[in-house]
Amino acid sequence: MQAQAPILQAKNLVKRYGRVTAIDHCDFELYPGEILAVIGDNGAGKSSLIKALSGAITPDEGEVYLDDQRVKFSSPLDAREQGIETVYQQLAMSPALSIADNMFMGREIRKPGIMGKWFRQLDRPAMERLAREKLSELGLMTIQNIRQAIETLSGGQRQGVAVARAAAFGSKVIILDEPTAALGVKESRRVLDLILEVRSRGIPIVLISHNMPHVFEVADRIHIHRLGKRLCVIRPEDCTMNDAVALMTGAKDPSQLAEAS
Amino acid sequence: MAKPEVTRQESNAARIDASEAVAEFQPHRTGLAYRLQHALHMNPALVPMIVLLLSILLFGALLGSKFFSPFALTLILQQVQIVGIVAAAQSLIILTAGIDLSVGAIMVISSVVMGQFTFRYGIPAPVSILAGLMCGMFCGWVSGMLVSKVKLPPFIVTLGMWQIVLAANFLYSANETIRAQDIETHAPLLQLFGEKFNIGGAVFTVGVVFMVALVLVLTYALRHTAWGRHVYAVGDDKEAAALSGVKTDRVIISVYMLSGLICAFAGWALIGRIGSVSPTAGQLTNIESITAVVIGGISLFGGRGSILGSLFGALIVGVFTLGLRLLGADAQWTYLLIGVLIIGAVAVDQWIRKVSV
Repeated sequence: MQAQAPILQAKNLVKRYGRVTAIDHCDFELYPGEILAVIGDNGAGKSSLIKALSGAITPDEGEVYLDDQRVKFSSPLDAREQGIETVYQQLAMSPALSIADNMFMGREIRKPGIMGKWFRQLDRPAMERLAREKLSELGLMTIQNIRQAIETLSGGQRQGVAVARAAAFGSKVIILDEPTAALGVKESRRVLDLILEVRSRGIPIVLISHNMPHVFEVADRIHIHRLGKRLCVIRPEDCTMNDAVALMTGAKDPSQLAEAS
Repeated sequence: MAKPEVTRQESNAARIDASEAVAEFQPHRTGLAYRLQHALHMNPALVPMIVLLLSILLFGALLGSKFFSPFALTLILQQVQIVGIVAAAQSLIILTAGIDLSVGAIMVISSVVMGQFTFRYGIPAPVSILAGLMCGMFCGWVSGMLVSKVKLPPFIVTLGMWQIVLAANFLYSANETIRAQDIETHAPLLQLFGEKFNIGGAVFTVGVVFMVALVLVLTYALRHTAWGRHVYAVGDDKEAAALSGVKTDRVIISVYMLSGLICAFAGWALIGRIGSVSPTAGQLTNIESITAVVIGGISLFGGRGSILGSLFGALIVGVFTLGLRLLGADAQWTYLLIGVLIIGAVAVDQWIRKVSV
């Protein structure tokens, strides 16, 4: 896997907020077809790193490469156009609008011909059909009514719709920020399966999570973030959850881990 | 990779169990109240429509043909046309979780620009009207920029704009009224919206037709275009809309500009309605438009409601006003009942929101 070139790469990223350095000369690599988990203590700068990769913030220094091409995102829209989709913790959905409307928010399909061109009418049937297809592809077909408002769905269903939206449009990379944080056991299970399903389609995933069992279950590699930079990258099969937590909190040093194993 | 493989197989087994159980979508609660709540959630204009029909029936029963005639019913339309048009503009702003206190002032300054350009500078009426419409749109653009780019609260921006525009109106017009006879002889185009036509006892004006057409066009735009969906998304949750890829600033500016333009059309209609151009007209339009919007079931917190509801809201106020006047009741009863309706409408809005729980 490592022999391949990384699909998404960051070198020497720096982001400062006043006197606080949120990202401190951080590197990052994501390889094709893998699930890379990013873990770290609260305030370690995981979110800032992810925002820099998804275009929500612009780093002060450093470079981001997508497919070996240098990219500069000035907004999440830029990143999306390049095929990087992000599912934010707050999900970024409009509760009063329907599932289909939400899935196509910002990239609506217009009717062909005069109605679309002159009256700018939306092609609702096409949008609803595609939305239904995407949901059933990911095994979410039990959502029957695509016109249902998002706010009538449960937390897991909302997450499912958000992941489906990302999977439908994210051609290169999907970034998931704490997708199971607000969910119960069963719903988390469902979302984890969804993540594996997306990976089996060949789309690499960056997963930010606090939940060690979830991370150790689905991740291929784990990027441990500490004090604004990458401390090390481990493989879940090489070490235990306790090791990971110890590294994350600074109780252990990566060199100690190497000795231990 | 041996260990994760095992867990994945386990998870496959778990997946089969979980797939049926979690993502299913069955209505858990049935029963009349729930279904009503759901219907209202999908069609927020239903409540004001029912209230409107009931109030027409009530006054029809009390007053008989005095109220229940084509003439009286279309009189209501004529009386609410200005508020109805302005309420359409107000609805757009409130759907984005804003509020526009300057609608009345923009309306008046636009009508004054139309009048003064024609009579002070001798500019042909069509050009003056265009200038008046541009003036309204410009006022909206200023508010829109302040709300979206400078990120000031809409209440403060439009409270300021209200004072600024109203003062500019008095300064520019020098508190001068242009008389109806002058307009009639020199620039009848300014009174276009007051043009009446008769269909079997029912009297319509161009202004009434414009109001209805405007509401229908906006209903289409809000429901069936991407722009309309974005207006709702911005009002619902602006951050979420931005993260989903909606250019929120552009949507907000477009809404304020469109609202300003509609207010300017209301200014043109105002000339048709009162005949003259008066800088002191329409002082209550602000509050009347907000009343119509609230009674029409549009949520003041944004993102919910339909513009058709505002039209119904304006008509409900019109029905009560005319009905109570024909009954010979004190005008204060009208205000009292409208107060009750406002509180009732917001209570219903809160109840509808609970559909998600």
